[in-house]
Amino acid sequence: MQATANEAQRARLVIVGNGMVGHHCVEQLIERGASARFELHVFAEERQRAYDRVHLSEYFTGSCAETLALCDRDYYASNGVHLHLGEAVVDIDRERQEVITAEGRLGYEQLILATGSYPFVPPIEGSSGNARLVYRTLEDLDAIRAAAGGARRGVVVGGGLLGLEAANALKSLGLQAHVVEFAPRLMPVQLDSEGGAALKARIEALGVGVHLARATQSISAGEHYRYRMNFDGGEHLETDLIVFSAGIRPQDALGRTCGLTIAPRGGVVIDGQCRSSDPRIFAIGECASWNGSAFGLVAPGYAMARNLAALLMGESASEFSGADMSTKLKLLGVDVGSIGDAQGVTPGARSYRFIDEATASYRRLVVDASGKRVLGAVLVGDNSYYDTLLQYAQNGIKLPADPATLILPQGSGAPALGADALPDSATICSCHNVSKGAVCAAIDSGCGDLAAVKACTKAASGCGGCAALLKHVFEHELSARGVTVDKSLCEHFAYTRQELYGLVRVEGIRTFNELLERHGKGQVGCAICKPAVGNILASCWNQPIMDPALVPLQDTNDTFMANMQKNGTYSVVPRIPGGEITPEKLIVIGQVAKKYDLYTKITGGQRIDLFGAQLHELPLIWGELIAAGFETGHAYGKSTRTVKSCVGSTWCRYGVQDSVAMALRLEDRYKGLRAPHKLKFAVSGCTRECAEAQSKDIGVIATDKGWNLYVCGNGGMRPRHAELFATDLDDETLVRLIDRVLMFYIRTADKLQRTSVWREGLEGGLDYLKQVVIDDSLGLARELETQMQQVVDRYECEWANALGDPEKLKRFRTFVNDQRGDPDVHFVRERGQRRPAAPLQLIPTHEEAM
Amino acid sequence: MNLSNTAVASETRWQAVCQASDLVADSGVVVWHEGEQVALFYVPGQGRELYAVGNRDPRSGANTIGRGLLASLGATVVVVAPLYKQHFCLQDGACLEDPTQHLPVWPVRIRGVTVELGLRLI
Repeated sequence: MQATANEAQRARLVIVGNGMVGHHCVEQLIERGASARFELHVFAEERQRAYDRVHLSEYFTGSCAETLALCDRDYYASNGVHLHLGEAVVDIDRERQEVITAEGRLGYEQLILATGSYPFVPPIEGSSGNARLVYRTLEDLDAIRAAAGGARRGVVVGGGLLGLEAANALKSLGLQAHVVEFAPRLMPVQLDSEGGAALKARIEALGVGVHLARATQSISAGEHYRYRMNFDGGEHLETDLIVFSAGIRPQDALGRTCGLTIAPRGGVVIDGQCRSSDPRIFAIGECASWNGSAFGLVAPGYAMARNLAALLMGESASEFSGADMSTKLKLLGVDVGSIGDAQGVTPGARSYRFIDEATASYRRLVVDASGKRVLGAVLVGDNSYYDTLLQYAQNGIKLPADPATLILPQGSGAPALGADALPDSATICSCHNVSKGAVCAAIDSGCGDLAAVKACTKAASGCGGCAALLKHVFEHELSARGVTVDKSLCEHFAYTRQELYGLVRVEGIRTFNELLERHGKGQVGCAICKPAVGNILASCWNQPIMDPALVPLQDTNDTFMANMQKNGTYSVVPRIPGGEITPEKLIVIGQVAKKYDLYTKITGGQRIDLFGAQLHELPLIWGELIAAGFETGHAYGKSTRTVKSCVGSTWCRYGVQDSVAMALRLEDRYKGLRAPHKLKFAVSGCTRECAEAQSKDIGVIATDKGWNLYVCGNGGMRPRHAELFATDLDDETLVRLIDRVLMFYIRTADKLQRTSVWREGLEGGLDYLKQVVIDDSLGLARELETQMQQVVDRYECEWANALGDPEKLKRFRTFVNDQRGDPDVHFVRERGQRRPAAPLQLIPTHEEAM
Repeated sequence: MNLSNTAVASETRWQAVCQASDLVADSGVVVWHEGEQVALFYVPGQGRELYAVGNRDPRSGANTIGRGLLASLGATVVVVAPLYKQHFCLQDGACLEDPTQHLPVWPVRIRGVTVELGLRLI
């Protein structure tokens, strides 16, 4: 515990506890450059470095201590932080400013307590050993796992948030799980009685026993199971193990022994700066008590950690001022949400309730006496309403005339708030915490296009999930300022994608340069118009994308016909139509993966993705795959991806049609079709819908009379159910209708617009689409089919085409003047395969061998 | 950066790196040059036809710039980084979105059938 010489000038900052909040505090300090100012020491009672306690139950479903860890193994060391694992601080000598551990003493200038909490176990006679387990640390989980060996049934005492998590853990260990709760409902803090009832019904449906309003008096030996729990009413329940999750208590023992002020209900008393009664000692997270309350959620702890890190670094820190305890969770797979005053205890509060006993869904909206503002909400069964309700509650947005619409079934959650309804404080981009007000300010300061707004505010540059909302807000604000929104594709073309598509077809234009000369400006084009025009040309004429005139148009994935990954290597996806594959072909994929040491993973589209190929290896890999009869899977293109299928009537006792044969037919027909965005299909052999066709652009579900066609669904960021388009179709009619729908989409959609968004923007909606496609109201049907047939007839495997042409292959060289591979590509081994090395794991392993 | 000085220095330091036939029109290729990776972009028919910049993408750390899409923004010829789509000016290596990112640039020319690089500028 000696400081090295060069650390002598820096003040020593000691953090006691390496839980989620303690770790977050270290991260916040490092981010602010604290290593230069402080010599940081972290003491942890546990041997495992900080891990994710929120997802603790995943420890039983495949996660290990390493995947739950919150940082890389060497994060602390590489940032100059001294981490003392397995070394508990046993006392604090405030006079000498030293912490005391079993190893010795270490002085501090400033000290942060982040010791968290411990599980409360009520004193019950006979409670010991496997009848006195708790659920808090990885060691606790190891004890539960050991106790579960040979056990059949497990009981959790406590029906709160953590108790239900623990029940989930018991269930994943294969035990018959029961929950015993003292209160008359589950999650008494977050839910009202109806919400608790709905949650109980859902959890019981999952096979978990729920026993409410029961207090355990004693535990004795059982007759059929190991223990018997005797309740105060005279009833009993037998079990092999008991986990107590009846609440937590602040772990304030250190604070007590060294004489810090402790709150009446436990916890080191802190002020708004997280300072305890000793100005050199701070406390954050669950061990702290602010304004008489301790906070058992991670978000308030993080807020304290953030504020304290800023304060210690001399930045202007905001004071901790309490926390919003709204939560959105998935417990045992059930959505549960609780916002603000969920119980409606505010004087004058009134509630709207929606109860669906058939599916055990419950929603409650609590509004203020005036009926204008949301005070709180309870959700059980469907959290898609949560985000909108939270916006209403947090921003004090005025309620619609009929507030009940906010919780009534909509099909896709509460009606989203329009751009104009959002207040300036509404968060648009949560990654970079950009508000609507900041977007408006950027526009007012001269940002005239979306790219400028993004560059200026950083909005939509994190996960990108808010891009559509940002565009909507931007366009709305421009219109509000009287500016006409320019719908030009980009600076090179003053046309929309639809208009360009029309020009290409009508004038028979075959190259980008031809289109640019006739209808565009400038010489080169850009990242917006080049791929968009390349895509239009491919949809219209289906020439090989490796043709010299087309190559420069494609974004990099299309250019090299593979998917670039974060380290610049590629992944390769051979087509496996309908997910059906022979053992011989499966072996070939395995052999190729082994030979080139590719990481293999099964995709969601019933295919196999091979990762880690360098540019110069792609032709070699594809040479072997094509020789074995594979074709390109177009995973890199805005084009048909897969047709997923269930096994259908050939094997399945429920199947009514041969879904695999239909999937093969559709995939063979539409493979190579390029569209404004990717296209996913699925075919299910009966109404059980195992292929999940209703989440696809084109979904086909068998009926006993033929096929039902669903269109314009998608999964991903904003899932949308496909809509039923036509019923009981024969094979030929089905294909004809799909031809028409897809070609009409290709003609009229915007660039990079999925079928779902396209469909939502169609004036006249689904009925209009039916009129065009089924009733042929525009007289287009014939033309659409002919056009699709042309594309189908011109199909050619792009990789086979490229392999046959030495000129095209010239592009697949990592260096055009050297045989070597990229020397900066490094891998590490994990679970028997290689994966890209993180920047700190640069241990070259494989390029020498390859 | 005093360009006139480098121009003098570069008089004596042109080095052949590849054949002109290795270049791909309106696109990029990468050469290995004295332990560095240099991306060459060829835009035939334009005012300046050939550019040489570093292949390493400063944002991802991956060597991918040479596989980026060529584009023009106004009068500036740029490459779009494949992974995170930021734009770099091919003339001076500056990133249009983020002033802290920068690509090194080399003087480059075609002599007969050979492509030659000068001394790295930035």
